[in-house]
Amino acid sequence: MASVAQAIRMALHYGETNLGVKDIFGQDVGAPLGGVFTATQGLKTAWNSPLDERGIIGMAMGIAMGGDRCVAEIQFADYIFNTIDLLKIAGNTLWCTNGQIQLPMVVMTPVGAGIFGSVYHSHSFDAWASRLPGWKIVMPSNPLDAYGLMLSAIQDPNPVLYLKSKALMRHKGEELIPGEPADEKELKAMIDKPVQNAEGWKPRWPDLQEYLVPIGKGKITRSGEHITVVTYSRMVHLCDEVADKLAQEGISVEVIDLRSIYPYDWQMIKSSVEKTGRVLFVNEDTEVTNFGEHLAYRVTQELFYQLMARPRVLAGKNLPGIGLHPNLEKNSVPQINDIELAIREVVAEVP
Amino acid sequence: MSKKTTVKAGGKASAKKTLKSAAKTSVKTSKKVTTKKHDFGGLSEEILLRMHDLMVKSRVLEERLIKIYKAGEAYFWIGGPGEEAWGVPLGMLARKGQGLEHDWFHLHYRCTPTMVALGLNMIDSIRLMMNRATDPSTGGRNFSSHYCFPQWNVAPVTSPLEVQYPIACGTAHAQKRAGKKALSIVTGGDAGTAEGDFASCLVLASRKGQELPLLITVQNNGYGISTPYEGQHGETHIADRARAFNIRSRVINGNDPVETYLALQEEMEYIRKTGKPSFIEAMVTRLYGHSSADGANKKPQLFDPVLSFEKRLIDAGLLTEKAAKKIWEIYETEGVVAQEQARQEPVPTPESVWDHVYVNNENADWRKF
Repeated sequence: MASVAQAIRMALHYGETNLGVKDIFGQDVGAPLGGVFTATQGLKTAWNSPLDERGIIGMAMGIAMGGDRCVAEIQFADYIFNTIDLLKIAGNTLWCTNGQIQLPMVVMTPVGAGIFGSVYHSHSFDAWASRLPGWKIVMPSNPLDAYGLMLSAIQDPNPVLYLKSKALMRHKGEELIPGEPADEKELKAMIDKPVQNAEGWKPRWPDLQEYLVPIGKGKITRSGEHITVVTYSRMVHLCDEVADKLAQEGISVEVIDLRSIYPYDWQMIKSSVEKTGRVLFVNEDTEVTNFGEHLAYRVTQELFYQLMARPRVLAGKNLPGIGLHPNLEKNSVPQINDIELAIREVVAEVP
Repeated sequence: MSKKTTVKAGGKASAKKTLKSAAKTSVKTSKKVTTKKHDFGGLSEEILLRMHDLMVKSRVLEERLIKIYKAGEAYFWIGGPGEEAWGVPLGMLARKGQGLEHDWFHLHYRCTPTMVALGLNMIDSIRLMMNRATDPSTGGRNFSSHYCFPQWNVAPVTSPLEVQYPIACGTAHAQKRAGKKALSIVTGGDAGTAEGDFASCLVLASRKGQELPLLITVQNNGYGISTPYEGQHGETHIADRARAFNIRSRVINGNDPVETYLALQEEMEYIRKTGKPSFIEAMVTRLYGHSSADGANKKPQLFDPVLSFEKRLIDAGLLTEKAAKKIWEIYETEGVVAQEQARQEPVPTPESVWDHVYVNNENADWRKF
């Protein structure tokens, strides 16, 4: 099975081969490194930009304005903050020009904690991103979705922010990407650059097929009756694990992998909460003005009389940063025990 | 080209002269310029008269916009009166059209002269000024001079300063790939060069072996809103910064349309030929202040490039006073009629706020997800 990094690489290859992508660029995106997580190794249109996030976003906007498709990378979301006003402009360009100028561009960036990345390799960006109208924002949790969402992002005529969990880069899924060889060793031999003696290396790409995950559509990863847990990205796996554990005790947890932050799959959330009457929102961005708060607000407004318990948001603590020592990181972003405890509390609440 | 006012960046003696003669140009200095009444750099009478016509049109339009603001029919004015001698030749010389085989414009909000030279109808600027739904640039959503004309590759003018510089690198990159010898043009003011995006542009445009076909320009009017140039710059010329990146660079008197025309022609040819960037710092006049926020009143002590050029043409026998007066009158009438028409046109409807958040009006309202 492909890892998320390999899935993104294959999606980008599919994009430059079949979907008109002409530039894949950012710091260390081109040869020799091919991305700090190897997600851009061996791509024919990948190139290295200067160490300049604003230059990267500005250039992507210009390329898109000129009518070419590109995928730009900010090496870590921790370094995307100085581009906020360019991201705002990219999001408002179509609107400000009354529909005249489209910016079909993808910006991808690794997000979140989970690798003990210290203060500046652990930031989340989903809450920030949700305040960039005009953008679509996706956050895959597994290789197949990473592939399908990237293809959808490339084809979308709007700017799309592709937030990829750095802790999931080596995560392997349970479903093959269409065209992916079943033997992961074979895949590795085909598309991973050798660590040594890599001079002259070129990938041998599998015969990949189009596979689209529609932007704005979630996925139920665990079906359940007693509580709905709405999450995305890395937290999906923690929530699934808790759901499996609690199932043995007869607590039935429905887990929704939202996959897209905006637009989001309200119909999926709504029908699930109508069924369970209880809901927990889990993500790792900081908790004040968190995207989960918006969803909790909406649940409260629209489904109030169907609720059996107060909606709850479990998110990162509202701290200036995530400290390096495991004691610090683990007490800053939701851990599996926190999720289990929160689910138990919501399930136990008596109206 | 006037050697007295065109200097290669770095020439200290002449550099001082340029600053004195253009950024803070006075009536006294203008007399000196107009004494060279027959020096039109070999430009044809047709080009000279065309430049004059467009400069007058742009000036009349800007003054009409200011009148609209002062009459209470618009919320805000910002524009480029005083930059006609720079902006008009720029619009005349570019390869106009849509697509990567044509030149791209990444302009700032003092670009009305360039837009007029490209073919902007007065009424379309007035519609923008008066926030009409018929405003082709923004549909009544943005300030005056925030033009957007995709049919001429005019990128949307933004209020945030200097973001146009790295964006211009993107279109230049795509143009280079297209291989049609088209270039991207970026304009901006002197104060905005303090932003990091200006440096981003110099870096992106000049990387060895990856140089971009980009005409990087700065219009130095000597002020950033209320702050004089002298208090904010250590460099003698902004153009000197380009030289550090091995970008060909020059300072010109942007108040002289002949010098500007010749310089732009030369630099555009260089870029098309080499695929490499070039830099022009044009010394210009901010004739009506920063915006309506500081009054939008004409500063009579400053050099007026339109009146000065008109006098040169009359002195040289290329234009009569009567003919000149007629040109001003025609455009004045056009402006008045356009304002009256725009006044009758519809304004944006409240529900239109959700239009064009996404392409093809795909729903962006979370209440409807």
